[in-house]
Amino acid sequence: MIPTAFEYRRAGSVAEALSLLQEGGPEAKLLAGGHSLIPMMKQRLAEPGLLIDIGGLDELRGIQEDGGEIAIGAAMTHAEIAASDLLRAQAPIVAETAANIGDAQVRNRGTIGGSLAHADPGADLPAVMVALDATIALLGPNGERKVQAEDFFQDILTVDLAEDEIVTGVCFQACRSAAYAKLEQRASKFALVGVAAALSLDGGTCSSARVAVTGASSHAQRLSGVEGALAGASLPDGAASAASGAGDALDFVNEDLHGSEEYRRAMTAVFARRAIEAAAGRS
Amino acid sequence: MTIADGPALPKLIGERVKRREDPRLIQGQATYVDDIKLPGMLHLAFKRSDIAHGVIRSIDTSAAAAMEGVELVITGAELAEHLGPMPIGTPFPAPDHFSVATDKVRYVGEPVAVVVAEDRYIARDAADAIEVEYDELPAVVDPEAAMEADSATLHEGFERNIAVESYWGGTGVNPETAQPEDDSAVDAAFAEADVVVSQRMLNQRLAPNAMEPRGVVAQYEPGREYLTVWSATQNPHILRTLVAAMMGLGEHQVRAVAPEVGGGFGCKINIYGEEYVAAALSRLVKAPVKWIEDRTEAFLTTTHGRDLLGYIDLAAKSDGTITGLKARIIADIGAYEVLLTAMIPTLTGLMMNGVYRLPVVRHELTEVFTNKTPTDAYRGAGRPEGLYFLERAVDMVARELDMDPAEIRRKNFVPADEFPFATQSGLVYDSGNYEPCLDKALEVADWQGLLAERDAARAEGRIVGVGLSFYVEVCGLGPSAVVPTGGWEHSGVTVERGGKVTATTGASPHGQGNETTFAQMLADHFSIPLEDITILHGDTGVVKQGIGTFGSRSQAVGGAALISAAGKAGDKMKQFAAALMTDQEVSPEDLVFEDGRIQVEGAPEVSKTFAEVADYAYVPVPLPPGMEPGVSEEAFFEPENNTYPFGCHISMVEVDRDTGETKLLKLIAVDDCGNVINPLIVDGQVHGGLAQGIGQAMFEEVVYDEDGQPVTASFMDYVMPRAADLPVFELDRTVTPTPINPLGAKGVGEAGTIGSTPCVVNAAVDALAPFGVTHIEMPLRPERMWRLINEGGQS
Repeated sequence: MIPTAFEYRRAGSVAEALSLLQEGGPEAKLLAGGHSLIPMMKQRLAEPGLLIDIGGLDELRGIQEDGGEIAIGAAMTHAEIAASDLLRAQAPIVAETAANIGDAQVRNRGTIGGSLAHADPGADLPAVMVALDATIALLGPNGERKVQAEDFFQDILTVDLAEDEIVTGVCFQACRSAAYAKLEQRASKFALVGVAAALSLDGGTCSSARVAVTGASSHAQRLSGVEGALAGASLPDGAASAASGAGDALDFVNEDLHGSEEYRRAMTAVFARRAIEAAAGRS
Repeated sequence: MTIADGPALPKLIGERVKRREDPRLIQGQATYVDDIKLPGMLHLAFKRSDIAHGVIRSIDTSAAAAMEGVELVITGAELAEHLGPMPIGTPFPAPDHFSVATDKVRYVGEPVAVVVAEDRYIARDAADAIEVEYDELPAVVDPEAAMEADSATLHEGFERNIAVESYWGGTGVNPETAQPEDDSAVDAAFAEADVVVSQRMLNQRLAPNAMEPRGVVAQYEPGREYLTVWSATQNPHILRTLVAAMMGLGEHQVRAVAPEVGGGFGCKINIYGEEYVAAALSRLVKAPVKWIEDRTEAFLTTTHGRDLLGYIDLAAKSDGTITGLKARIIADIGAYEVLLTAMIPTLTGLMMNGVYRLPVVRHELTEVFTNKTPTDAYRGAGRPEGLYFLERAVDMVARELDMDPAEIRRKNFVPADEFPFATQSGLVYDSGNYEPCLDKALEVADWQGLLAERDAARAEGRIVGVGLSFYVEVCGLGPSAVVPTGGWEHSGVTVERGGKVTATTGASPHGQGNETTFAQMLADHFSIPLEDITILHGDTGVVKQGIGTFGSRSQAVGGAALISAAGKAGDKMKQFAAALMTDQEVSPEDLVFEDGRIQVEGAPEVSKTFAEVADYAYVPVPLPPGMEPGVSEEAFFEPENNTYPFGCHISMVEVDRDTGETKLLKLIAVDDCGNVINPLIVDGQVHGGLAQGIGQAMFEEVVYDEDGQPVTASFMDYVMPRAADLPVFELDRTVTPTPINPLGAKGVGEAGTIGSTPCVVNAAVDALAPFGVTHIEMPLRPERMWRLINEGGQS
């Protein structure tokens, strides 16, 4: 619980943070809410020599809507996202998911950018971003880069983000008919299995769907079999059938004290069904 | 308040007085060990084993010693020149256990070297820089496999890793020969039974997780040859005794202080290696030293609780009459015996008589070393394990016979007119009246209504169960014949100038609220306001003698000592008062305390204020013949027996068919702890106990992998119950006073952890009974429940 020595710099701007990142090289780490990094440092699992604090930067803050596209700044906390009227009205899945991350202390400190960049296999927001087909905005020495969420999450704690890049925000199309359902790991409150479903509905019929899972595998990923089965399905009655094979299709499934591979596969189907039913229930 | 005006003072015993300790605790105004900062203080960090079992081949401290700010690096072998093996408080044989391992490590987290440095960061960096090479040995993890001939062994001289073996049966142990009596009656009872249930059950290993981890500051002053130790401990006087012995000092050369202590739950009874090391290194480096445990160390090195495997057989007649119990218990005590390790599992067998007339019992106990953190007391300490085994088995008999779980218990209760009641295990229950308690619980819970609610839910396809348990436990530890440290308690009561009162107690609270309850008792005794009373504790420099707080003894033993001391002080006050009333020729025996005055009973006009009598006591002109000045009295209280509180808990659970998640819908606890001083504090104790008992049933477990590596060493994996996991508890009580102490109070600190655990598991088994489930191991993990729903049977 005692970290190794490190230097702390508070960046005055994103540009300054970028130059500090370059200066610091592999020793440098970005700090926002600190709810993933600091515990790792206390356990000496991470020993960065330089912490660059970007948590308070105005450039990374804000939740805006423009022509149906919603943008969230990377430094917005889970609590702020959960409390956003804009999100509650236009993308309730995001506000609801944020409202159920960890506990109040985590939500008051943790940020969406930090959660996505860290990519804990049990983090909630990555699945939601994949289901919403969100774009993740990155800024590096060579300018801005945009990556689709499903390409951003690559493996356990591994994302498409260079050492000298910063996640600046996410954007996605407003979507009411989307929902997230999770089975909590009882100690950490991370998702043992969490499924996000975003549906295009035509009356009671699903015309297309994006469904993504977190917790079950190394990283957040689409459940394409479920998405295929949902096309043309009548909901909510067809949810169980569409979700039934969700877990079996996963290539790799986590296994630990809290859930075996078999259990996680089964729960993937259960929570896919629950997410689809909840999404279909939204108008 | 001006006492001279004589306002009527309400009696406070029995009132829900708010805890006087809380404002400072919740406003950051309290002093914990880590708040103590002494000039020139250095900091310790421990290099700890990262393997479960191995021989230390070499330790290279050179890099650590060369670091700037490092004062000293010392290995276990070097430290052994200053500190011998640690003492234990039980009569059982035990292997040598050094504060820091000298040649072999036996659990992950065992210290192998110590750094003394200028600050905590340097100390930790230096500890990381120590290189240790081990010859690794096979890890002994499974206690049953540990007893096989081919198992690796932890300690020389302890064949098959067995630390303690005990056996008694039939009519119990013959005290003359210490041999078991003829126990053929046990076999006969089982042969003649109409129904026998047999079940292997695990009462799993738990981590106590006090909110404040352990910590110690030690200051040895060479000029005075005097040692002061501040420690987060439940029992500073025991700490003083043992640290003095380890340091080769007398108790007159040691002061031990437990400042504010943020919870103990039994894990801060033991005096740990770190405390001895801090004392020894302070003397060695001639500076005060501090060590504060971090949460990882707390999981790895603070004693664990429970971890008993039981093979339980219960025999009964077809009418539900229980006719015999056989219990074979295997206790996984971890790598060493610390202060009370070996004693705790013996309490399990002693208390397995429960609330029943058990005609015959056979009890076998084996305590086994494994490569895990040592075990010791954890809230309930032996009783939750025994009552869990028994109350699960009684429920299984009820299910076999299709009897109501309440009625099978009622049928077998020790009747009220048989107290004091001698159990098969040789205990004597002081008092008890079980049936009214059961009836009250059934009434508060609306038992028939609950059953109907369950059946209605089942008809809707929901998975719902109800459960009941009835426990008896042992509190008020003492007497000295059974507590190796001594089983008495001590108190001092001083009436100060101005009529204020300072009292001391050796029962060192760390959440029990003694500053409130003890003040309530004194307020009533002297008829003075609560604000006029200060209760001091936790400092051997202030509290002359004491034992400490464990085994729910604060009120039953410490409170009794307080009242005894208060009686002496009161007598002296009355003598001084009578001396002031020479005109009226008053005898002290005629006087009573009433609303801030000392008056002739029934004649308030013949009185002196409490304050003026106190002032006179310190300027006694003239001094009454035969009297000494001042009012400062003390008393020891030695209980002649323990107390045996009891209670009935009822719960309702629902299990999610898809996921196996279990939700506790209701918990009703009707506890009988004898007379109650402060119902608010008693309710608080029950609430906390319930949370921990439910925690064991549903959430908590320390898990090791096959290499002896802990896999639950943080709150990311060790599941603590949270407020949102718990229902609103419904509490009530019956009152059966104990004759053992003048207060009639029995103790309540552990009640909640004892009744709730079997109660919740019984409800879970009831919920899954329609799936053919007969037993569920704790904790009620969702996957475990999901498998039972899908596969039936047992887990």
